[in-house]
Amino acid sequence: MRRALAVLCFAVSLSAADTCVECHSVLDGNLQAPAKAFSNDIHSRFGFSCADCHGGDRTASDPEQSMSRAHGFIGKIPRTAIPERCGHCHSDAAFMEKYKPRQRVDQLTQYKTSVHGKRLAAGDTAVATCIDCHSVHDIREAKDPLSPVHPLRLPETCARCHADPGHMAKYKLPTDQFAGYRKSVHWEALAQRGDLSAPSCASCHGNHGAQPPEVASVAAVCGTCHVMMEDLYKGSPHAPVFASMGAAGCVVCHSNHEIKRPGIGMLAGPNAVCSQCHDSDSAGGKAAIEMARQIGNLDKAIEKSDRILAVAQQSGMEVSEALLRQREAKEALVKAAVAVHAFQPAAVQKPVQEGLAITAETYHAGVSALDERRFRRVGLGVSLTAILITMLGLWLTIRSIESRKQESVRQPPAG
Amino acid sequence: MTEPRKTPAWFEERLGLASMRKFLAHKTVPVHAGTMWYYFGGITLFLFVIQVLTGTLLLLYYRPSPGEAYESVQFIMTRVQFGWLVRSIHSWSANLMILSAFIHMFSVVFLRAFRQPRELTWLSGVALLGLALGFGFSGYLLPWNTVSYFATKVGTDMAAAVPVLGHFIARFLRGGNDVGGATLTRFFGFHVAVLPGLTTLLLLAHLALVQKHGMSSPRWAEEEYERKHMPLPQMPFFPNFFLRELMAWYAALGVLGSLAALFPWELGLKADPFAPAPAGIRPEWYFLAPFYTLKLIPSHVWVFEGELVGLLGFGLLALWWVALPFWAVDRKGVERTRWVTGAGVLLLAYLTTFSALGYWR
Amino acid sequence: MEQARRSLLRWLLGGGFTASIISFLYPAFRFMSPPEVPEASVDEVSAGKTQDLKANQGKIIKFGNLPVLLIHTSAGEWRAFSAVCTHLNCTVQYRESSRQIWCACHNGLYNLNGQVVSGPPPRPLNEYSVHIRGDEVVISRRA
Repeated sequence: MRRALAVLCFAVSLSAADTCVECHSVLDGNLQAPAKAFSNDIHSRFGFSCADCHGGDRTASDPEQSMSRAHGFIGKIPRTAIPERCGHCHSDAAFMEKYKPRQRVDQLTQYKTSVHGKRLAAGDTAVATCIDCHSVHDIREAKDPLSPVHPLRLPETCARCHADPGHMAKYKLPTDQFAGYRKSVHWEALAQRGDLSAPSCASCHGNHGAQPPEVASVAAVCGTCHVMMEDLYKGSPHAPVFASMGAAGCVVCHSNHEIKRPGIGMLAGPNAVCSQCHDSDSAGGKAAIEMARQIGNLDKAIEKSDRILAVAQQSGMEVSEALLRQREAKEALVKAAVAVHAFQPAAVQKPVQEGLAITAETYHAGVSALDERRFRRVGLGVSLTAILITMLGLWLTIRSIESRKQESVRQPPAG
Repeated sequence: MTEPRKTPAWFEERLGLASMRKFLAHKTVPVHAGTMWYYFGGITLFLFVIQVLTGTLLLLYYRPSPGEAYESVQFIMTRVQFGWLVRSIHSWSANLMILSAFIHMFSVVFLRAFRQPRELTWLSGVALLGLALGFGFSGYLLPWNTVSYFATKVGTDMAAAVPVLGHFIARFLRGGNDVGGATLTRFFGFHVAVLPGLTTLLLLAHLALVQKHGMSSPRWAEEEYERKHMPLPQMPFFPNFFLRELMAWYAALGVLGSLAALFPWELGLKADPFAPAPAGIRPEWYFLAPFYTLKLIPSHVWVFEGELVGLLGFGLLALWWVALPFWAVDRKGVERTRWVTGAGVLLLAYLTTFSALGYWR
Repeated sequence: MEQARRSLLRWLLGGGFTASIISFLYPAFRFMSPPEVPEASVDEVSAGKTQDLKANQGKIIKFGNLPVLLIHTSAGEWRAFSAVCTHLNCTVQYRESSRQIWCACHNGLYNLNGQVVSGPPPRPLNEYSVHIRGDEVVISRRA
């Protein structure tokens, strides 16, 4: 058998530069799969071969030579050795500079600080290594939509383990994060709006140095994008209280994975978050209700203007300026929602008042547009009436002319 | 101070209106089952006059440059008193005028009014229809919104597909290689100067010919009355037919006013040459039939480019249609009645079906 | 009787005709009289005097219907950009401390060429031309 293989490989190798791929592509099953997949691998594009990871001699056509221990052939790399194997190149700055000067070279260092890295070092092979996230043999760049670490695919890659109760049982970790994240606004932004800047698992947890953020640093993590909220929160009464309680900042109200679109329902109402701690007649409870009332007012005012402007626009009236002004009103609403994080009604009132001034303007514009519409229809009525009267007059004139003609025909002129 | 009674004589001496009055008094219109179709020429003319009047008013505010065209139309629609009315009437009347012109043309075909000696009237009429379509095409770009820009792009692209001359024609139309400010200025020039000039000349010729030959009556009406040994009844143009025409014109005004007030013409969004074409872009309805036909033709028919085949087809169809009076009668002078009716019905069916398809697909 | 009918007819026709002509001419004459603001001005906007904006300061100006950010840089140059963030359309602002344009909504940052430095914005900000006429700052669209 080995002799047959040797002959086959020799025959194939006569024209090959990478005997590993050339031989393995004509085998079957598990021996063939990596070779077939390798053409999609970014390493193959840069001229690397199987031997660069697995050792051996890529130029030799005799399997005894190409896969010999003497030539450094490792064969299947044990899981605990994978990170070091990848890091052999990827942590070597001088080496990486030859291919991708700007690529980071600290992935292995980061990995070793992560939960995955620490457990792997302790011998647990059930945790994620490089190949579990990046795939193996068909590794693509993260920006390639087919890569398992592309922003749109990353959550399901993490979920492969983290949403599997069987897998996670021994770690006593919850497995509902993926399901929750899929219901969140961040996933909506990512998957439905195509906003690749929206956060997925790695944005908050880190990728190679993945750790759940410490309680004390949650607000800072959210604050990398939500700067204003973080600033206000830090100056608010909640920050020291939550810190002393060991409560995880933003997560207390907004949850961590299933982050829903916020609304005044969080401030007041049956599902209010505030009422979980604050009684409705306490200072905090009253503040929450007041802020909800303010924002609700602005929201209703915006909706009222939207409705009247929609009617005006539908009937052909020109209200584009007012519609653009509504943008500013909606911005004021956003500002008011942000101001909630100071947890003082006075802070919310300022943007709400600004917004209400704008909606008063836009509503007035809508009313004027509908007045104009009424004027036009009245005008149309007037001119149509004049037209119809004229047409009636013309018709009667025609009739009288023609009946006179008929009469004069019937009665020939005298004489 | 001349006495009031002498005033008409003063004009009479200088203008010689008596002969015109006599001519008009004798002008008659045949009365038969197809008489209602006689109104459509006048309606088309009336709508053209409306276009000239509203167009002149719009000229007081419109600015033909990419930086100002859209804004000036927006200004007319929002700030100028009754600007919305003048602009909407102008846009609606354009469409109604072209519709009326088509109806007029088809009624002429089915009533055989193109018969000898009216061949030149037919030719000038078809040319006028072409000019009307030119008005429509050039005017459509002037508001410089998204639909105008892309419809013009598609339209001039089609022109570029004409063999040999296509490139030159497209450059001539666009004022350059692409649709841009140069196109807008040029189309404006065509729309307010070149086309009105040509139309005035052709219109005068067309009307003069109609007055010279009088109103034609269809053969079946003539034969019907020949059998009864009676002359074909005629209605005096003044005042009977004219009063009726006035009614039709007033009705048209009522329709225009209602359309303008109830369905004002939209402003759209300002054209952005760098934005991708919006999905479902299509020209105005009167260009839909050829547009949709071109969409259906595969990209290659045998060895020829599909677009080329389509344009050649339209060209031949147009030539054949224009030459109608000449092949409608065979060498012996016998009318090819069935051919003409068949051609008219087929063309009408093609235009309506493909326009509808182009609109809904 | 006949006379009465004829004169009624005259009145109807004449009256209707006159009324209809008035209803056509009235809008035409109103149309021709110039409106209060005699022309649309969207190509150029005056943004105040040069003294109004010190170096290393920015302010929001209305250009047509959209906001524009006018910046007087610390080097003394005048720049103007669309103030609509290319991420989710919030209005950006000038940050003196970092000399960058910042969007408060999701921490997007642009440099003084309008290019994205960090954060979620996918595209740079459109630039506008700024001319100084005497002591007046004028913003216009880039050709």
